[in-house]
Amino acid sequence: MSQTTTPNTAAGGVADFLDTRLGASKAVRGLSRKLFPDHWSFMLGEIALYSFIVLLLSGTFLTLFFVPSMGMTTYEGAYAPLNNVPMSEAYASTLRLSFDIRGGLLMRQVHHWAALLFIASMTVHMFRVFFTGAFRKPRELNWMIGSVLALLGLGAGFSGYSLPDDLLSGNGLRIIDGVIKSIPVVGTYLSFFLFDGEFPGESIIPRLYIVHVLLIPGLILALVGAHLGLVFWQKHTQYPGPGRTNQNVVGFPLLPVYAAKAGGFFFVVFGIMALFGSFVSINSVWNYGPYDPSPISAGTQPDWYILFIDGALRLMPGWEWTVAGFTISFNILIPGLILPGLMTGILIAWPFLESWASGDRREHHVLDRPRNVPVRTAAGVAAIVFYTVLALAATNDLLATHLGLSINDITWTLRFTAILGPPIAFWITKRICLGLQRHDRELALHGRETGRIVRTADGEYFEVHEPLNEYDRWLLVQHDARRPIELPPDVDENGVARPGARKDRIRQKLSRWFYEDRIEPLTPSELAASHAEHEHALEAGEGEERPVVTTGR
Amino acid sequence: MDTREQGGASSELVTRDEDGNLPDRFENPGPPPHRYRLADTDPKAAKNAERQVAALFGISILGTIFAIVAYFLFTPENTFASIKLSNTTLGLGLGLALLGIGLGAIHWAKTLMPDHEMTEMRHPMRGTDEDRTKALEVLETGAAESGIGRRPLVRNTLLGALALVGLPGIVLLRDLGPLPKDSLTKTLWAKGVRLTRDPDGKPIKAADVTRGSIFHVIPQGLNESERPLEEKAKAAVLVIRMDPNMIQEKDPAREGWDVDGIFAYSLICTHVGCPVALYEQQTHHLLCPCHQSTYDATQYCKVIFGPAKRALPQLPIAIDDEGYLVAQSDFKEPVGPSFWERG
Ligand code: HEM
Ligand code: FES
Repeated sequence: MSQTTTPNTAAGGVADFLDTRLGASKAVRGLSRKLFPDHWSFMLGEIALYSFIVLLLSGTFLTLFFVPSMGMTTYEGAYAPLNNVPMSEAYASTLRLSFDIRGGLLMRQVHHWAALLFIASMTVHMFRVFFTGAFRKPRELNWMIGSVLALLGLGAGFSGYSLPDDLLSGNGLRIIDGVIKSIPVVGTYLSFFLFDGEFPGESIIPRLYIVHVLLIPGLILALVGAHLGLVFWQKHTQYPGPGRTNQNVVGFPLLPVYAAKAGGFFFVVFGIMALFGSFVSINSVWNYGPYDPSPISAGTQPDWYILFIDGALRLMPGWEWTVAGFTISFNILIPGLILPGLMTGILIAWPFLESWASGDRREHHVLDRPRNVPVRTAAGVAAIVFYTVLALAATNDLLATHLGLSINDITWTLRFTAILGPPIAFWITKRICLGLQRHDRELALHGRETGRIVRTADGEYFEVHEPLNEYDRWLLVQHDARRPIELPPDVDENGVARPGARKDRIRQKLSRWFYEDRIEPLTPSELAASHAEHEHALEAGEGEERPVVTTGR
Repeated sequence: MDTREQGGASSELVTRDEDGNLPDRFENPGPPPHRYRLADTDPKAAKNAERQVAALFGISILGTIFAIVAYFLFTPENTFASIKLSNTTLGLGLGLALLGIGLGAIHWAKTLMPDHEMTEMRHPMRGTDEDRTKALEVLETGAAESGIGRRPLVRNTLLGALALVGLPGIVLLRDLGPLPKDSLTKTLWAKGVRLTRDPDGKPIKAADVTRGSIFHVIPQGLNESERPLEEKAKAAVLVIRMDPNMIQEKDPAREGWDVDGIFAYSLICTHVGCPVALYEQQTHHLLCPCHQSTYDATQYCKVIFGPAKRALPQLPIAIDDEGYLVAQSDFKEPVGPSFWERG
């Protein structure tokens, strides 16, 4: 240790202690001035992180009182309507948490709201990453980690939602049991292993409990660590703008600005969750009663993030067949397992699919504006539409009663919408993107409309445009024009088929699908040419420029 | 090194070449001029911002105190209103305590901390060629020293051992649950078991089942059985009474399964097992609230809409000497959700 910085304050003493043992000064020096680009959409992932921390804190409080047991007991407590009703320990302890433990209801509600926010913010964060192309090289691995986190989030939410052992959560488990039983060959066995015998059994709550409070949070914690570690290591992407290039990072240093904002934001998220927990009730389990396989009320919906599976289950026609004495239930398999599996597969594979189609092996640190990649944007919107229609289908009974329509009509409409909606959304989005790009090009070429109309000597009218400054223009012209890849011919000059030609044809098709329709960004020579033309026109009119009409804009 | 691996060209600075030709891309103009905030130039504004930040932190302190006071002051009694009061005041205090800190810190950062964006360079993720060569060398040396390439016997047995070592972990899971055996095809129903009301277990007289009425039914003795919930999840039954002439096509095989138009059907949806609890008296339709499978009681509860495929199994019933409804036997087929071996 250098004698020149001998500490003589208390803080200095602590710092010295840490540095001489851990070499902390090296880390602080290196990290504290690290730059973080700033944009509101970069907060979405932060919200997910902070709501997860809120979940850890509120969840730990819940574990102090929750009894994860399906052993039967008879309720006696503050909630009179359920007094002397037989129920599981889990349900009874949830009632006790809600009514007898001060702050218990608050923590339950904070926990549940934070769970909804956790998954919602992860989802929107994923949209941001998708539509801006932040998943491109070198960040594909982080995209995959993120996808797994999203799945774990669903698992965490579902397992937590099942714990109170009320009527709704029991019916949710009943549906899971049905889906598992539909798996060919091993379904019945898996169901018996999961529930320790017949549904509902007495083991599922304690089992889900350990999954919920240890296994999944542990995995999430580890993956969040890896996720953020990669963000740190690879440095954050940035939106295009003047001064920002693929080789630099423009932003605020970790200390003090970013730390203050991010730290403050954690408290804001926590505070908002506390207010939600105190003012907006959620999952009022005492209204539902304990789980019992025979009663149920209409209008039972799971938490929002499970809606799409529930909706898919509702939309499927009754496709079930018995072949050679064995039952295959596609009506359950497709919506319950095949479809979610397929959706997850495409999600995880997307970065590789796209780079295969583009042939682009470069690193990308400057984000795409969604309009500049029309097919990706359109595919994303189509996927969201599909997901939303499925989620909407899970509310078909509510739609029917609220709109006064027959449930059959609504179901049929949604069946068609689920199939036709995504391609239509794709087509419309792609058109809009191309339109916006055309508009950008015009703007970069001719500048902003000023609303001043001018007549030339020949009697022609035109509107005076004010050219953009170079900073504003940069945003409109900075992107690459992506073109479909060109591949060597399938057969060489000797007529010998090239190995891999068939695979390449698929690749070429995919590439065309991605990049055939495009608007190329403006080039300096085009701008120069346009200016020259313009001056020429004005000279011909001998500068007889006078305003004749004003549009009042 | 392949420059295409080296990061995109899109935002690179480009300038006119020696011959004065225009490049085919625009140049990045560099960062725009900085705009100063009020608090940067006006000490008064800065002082104001400082007060606002302090006020927000002050609100947090008050919120914390309020939450603690509320915890002891508004202890919930046995009324809903008192629970609500306790919940709301606690949450409000906590919310203010947290929001005060959060908003204060953000306001501080936004108004008083430097807002000059800074620039630092990125480096390609890929190591330099030298790094790569060195790394490869190290790996190769390691591999050579271990002799893994030279001693295939060691390598292969190791791979085999690693491939197998996970198996006990799977085998250990065997006792997660018993094997299904025939449990899914059997319920508590048997010849002579009385139909009783759910949940109190009172037997039902045929005479009590009037036209248009509907009963949720469990087998007698279910509540006293060893595992009531599991039994109920299979044996729950719905009893309805309708005009036997309403049946559209009589099935001779089911002749005598009903008692004067009193029909008993499994309550458990053949889709994924929710209770089919909604009955529409006019149409004699049974609706499952989970995914809206609709069963028609005038067609032996055949599915007429929705994702379920199979009809609700019918329980053959009779009437005993005392006038109570009893089962003639168990169901003739497995109830509830489909499964592979169900056939
Ligand atoms: C990883 C993200 C998590 C999510 C998405 C999540 C979600 C949920 C949900 C939706 C519930 C139902 C709450 C209700 O309405 O009563 C729940 C219950 C519960 N959670 Fe979590 N949770 C998470 C993490 C945790 C952690 C880390 C713990 C403990 C360390 C925990 C402990 C509990 C307990 C004990 C219950 C049962 C409380 C009750 O039924 O009243 N959770 N969770
Ligand atoms: S469980 Fe009845 S329709 Fe799905």
